[in-house]
Amino acid sequence: MLALLAEGCSHKSRQPEPLKSTATGAAIVESSGGKQIGYVGMPLDQPVVVQVNDANGGGVAGAGVYFSGPAGVTFTPAAALTDSSGQVTTTVSLGQQSGRYKLVASTRDASGKNVPVAVEEIALGYQQTVGAQLHAQYCIRCHDPESTPQRVSNMDNLAVKPHPFTEGDTLNKMSDADLVAIISHGGAALNKSPLMPPWGYTLSKSDIAALISYIRAVADPPYQAGGLVYAQK
Amino acid sequence: MTNRLNKIWKFFFGDSARAFGSASVILLVLLAIAPAKNHFSQWHRYQKQYLHLIGGRADAITLARHYQGGIQQIWIPEQQVTDRCPTCHLGIKEATLTDVSAVAFRKHPVIPHSLTEFGCTTCHRGQGAATTVQEAHHATEQWEQPLLPAKYIEAGCGQCHLEKLTGTPFLNQGRDLIASNGCTHCHTIKRPDGTLIPPDDDPPSLAHIADKTSREWVFAWIKDPQAYATTATMPNYQLSDDDARDISAFLMAQGTPLQPPLEPLKVSAAPPDPAAGTTLYGQSFCASCHAMQNAAGMMVGGNLGPELTGIGTKAKPEWLQDWVANPNHYDPKTMMPHYRFDEKQVATLVAFLESKTEPDFLANVHLDAATPQQVERGKRLVLENGCASCHEINGIKKPENFAPELSRIGSKPLSQLIFVEGMNHTLPDYVVAKVSNPRAFGPSLKMPQFKLTPQQVDAITTALLAQTDRAFTQPPTMRIASVQQAKYEPAGHAGQLMHDLRCFSCHMINGHGGDMAPDLTYEGTAVQRDWLVQFLKNPETLRPALIRRMPKFNLSDAEINTLTDYMLTVYQTPDFDRDSFPASELTAAQTDQGRQLFYSKFACQSCHIADFKNDKGYIGPALAGTGKRFNAAWVYHWLKDPQALRPGTTEPNQHMTDEEARSLTAFLMSLKSGGAKETAKK
Repeated sequence: MLALLAEGCSHKSRQPEPLKSTATGAAIVESSGGKQIGYVGMPLDQPVVVQVNDANGGGVAGAGVYFSGPAGVTFTPAAALTDSSGQVTTTVSLGQQSGRYKLVASTRDASGKNVPVAVEEIALGYQQTVGAQLHAQYCIRCHDPESTPQRVSNMDNLAVKPHPFTEGDTLNKMSDADLVAIISHGGAALNKSPLMPPWGYTLSKSDIAALISYIRAVADPPYQAGGLVYAQK
Repeated sequence: MTNRLNKIWKFFFGDSARAFGSASVILLVLLAIAPAKNHFSQWHRYQKQYLHLIGGRADAITLARHYQGGIQQIWIPEQQVTDRCPTCHLGIKEATLTDVSAVAFRKHPVIPHSLTEFGCTTCHRGQGAATTVQEAHHATEQWEQPLLPAKYIEAGCGQCHLEKLTGTPFLNQGRDLIASNGCTHCHTIKRPDGTLIPPDDDPPSLAHIADKTSREWVFAWIKDPQAYATTATMPNYQLSDDDARDISAFLMAQGTPLQPPLEPLKVSAAPPDPAAGTTLYGQSFCASCHAMQNAAGMMVGGNLGPELTGIGTKAKPEWLQDWVANPNHYDPKTMMPHYRFDEKQVATLVAFLESKTEPDFLANVHLDAATPQQVERGKRLVLENGCASCHEINGIKKPENFAPELSRIGSKPLSQLIFVEGMNHTLPDYVVAKVSNPRAFGPSLKMPQFKLTPQQVDAITTALLAQTDRAFTQPPTMRIASVQQAKYEPAGHAGQLMHDLRCFSCHMINGHGGDMAPDLTYEGTAVQRDWLVQFLKNPETLRPALIRRMPKFNLSDAEINTLTDYMLTVYQTPDFDRDSFPASELTAAQTDQGRQLFYSKFACQSCHIADFKNDKGYIGPALAGTGKRFNAAWVYHWLKDPQALRPGTTEPNQHMTDEEARSLTAFLMSLKSGGAKETAKK
């Protein structure tokens, strides 16, 4: 994952034709489209929207915005002038590796200095996709506080609140083995809330591994796998 | 000149010793060509880079032990796989190389298959036997199957997996879209197992169109279907005004009156109350299948039936009256159930639906009476555009093979494709362009414009790219068959009734039917007779958080008895007897113990409601009336293994002991609150 981020800095996608900016801003901010969960090689559901502001925080029209990202990421368009509200909208397709993608949108201020803003997106690979599907079938109703008309969240009905899968602060501290145990045997067996049922007799081992890979993929802050530990020579 | 040549000859081959020395040097050089070619080859450079990479890692010794130099090859003759990809992709099997930035050396992501059993090109395509980057990955003059872009990789899975896989959402979506957009009305698409992908969009018959709507509406609709309903699946044929005028003239002219004819609109003494219409529309759960745009512009409702936002502009009131009263009269093959509405309810619903109009849709449509020439030209256009591929039209036969067969489109050689200028010359790009904007290939092409998002186009492309030669030629044992709809039709009075009510539009029984509502294959084992009778009379809400619900059909007592008797007799599980667990044998002690288990050990209240006052679980059905609804034997066996009774149910198997399941059954069977108060039967 770190390597991916590093790659983001080295493999800038080809700089597009310079834009004829008619104005410059002082700052650039993300309006929407960050922290989306997409799939490798696929366009994100929502476009990424950034806004160029002047020193007072008002939108600047006609400022040039350039997008760049790690290898494999494509932007349509990769560069554009801000509209009348100071915003630029671009559709993003993620690259072929699963993991986090750090995208950068930048504009130039009055002195010609580059002002960037980073937007992070997540690409799910095969295993995480399986996990996402299982999550949607078995877990989301309790573990996601968001309700939609099609899917009412059950979280508020529970005396002990489940951890949303994005809750990295808590879940990152648990090892894969911990998570396997809780998912398989339920909360009660591990002295936690019995509201979490055991899924080990319903889901297969590979299903549970897929779920964990999904949990790791969407954790916020990001999950850092423990590296290999070898005995000193 | 000859002198000089002679000199050189003498220098090298003048005497036997010189000749021997020179010949040896030449031989050595010739012998060195082959190893030198290897040494300076691209793959050798990759192997050196890989050794350099692993040398700097903590687990260098292990990695070095796994490393094998030279050309590496996966050879599976029965699958026609000769893949030398591991020659450069040296880390694909190394568990620790997940964080390597160089794609070439990174571990292959987790997939359910062994790389050595399936090879690489089976899914990724490309030229497996090649040993240069260019030849292995890209199209060459001799090789027209380059590497598949990552976003279509699920096409690889689709070659063997004809069923729905959890891990391939886009392939599944693409296949569904091909069916729901009716692509296979015109294009034949065979699955590798020989079955056809059937269309799943149910285009209406136009044989009695004049009874249903006006020529003006037909004109505006065929010009731009999505202007009438944003969810319409009918594609846009980009017809000119003249073409639409003539086609609408022909369609109205070919329409014959329905037999027996529609009755004139019944005018009631008091005009129906609009609020009553909204209520009846809601109570009948029309929105389970039909969508309607609400005042806020949000689309509310299901997609099994057509959108009704502008139905008042489309349908004639006499037709609506006939349709609402009994849809079988106009269309015996419809999915819409025959509600038993009385005259007043029909009038209320018709008035409600007629008030749902799109006034702008017909605002600028003014058509003069059709001339015979226009009708004649309209017929020609209908033939040319293949309208009868989808719609039943009087006097026109469904055309055979109207569009090219796409069974093996995923292996189509590039040399057989005609690209538009400025387009990438790859098969995926070609398919995307064809699906998203077919008329870009020439204004005279017949394929219409479908309304698809870029993501949907990619999904359809994925599904089409799965239709490869390999899918058809590989050993049949590799295929995982698709789940086909079983041909099941219940017989007798009950069967007719179930057909009339279109139970199978939503429910599945014995592998036949829809998936909107619960599978009823074992319903006769599960429920008690009195409960089923009351439920059919007045379907109550079983799941608090569900929008789509079972409608109230206003069935007669005789009809309910027929249905109930049939279901209780026929829809039984072979695994256990419905009466094998008499509730009378359960003790009060067991009930108490069951209550404990329900609320503490198994914490069932997180998803279910046993007591409406205290419990709030929203996910599973409310259980407060279990004792009135279910048979104890069903509850017991369900608790022991829910998936055995209904595969795919969300309820987890809690691995209860027999004792625990018995106590919980006792507790659940003691819950008898709720339920309708109507008398059971007359």
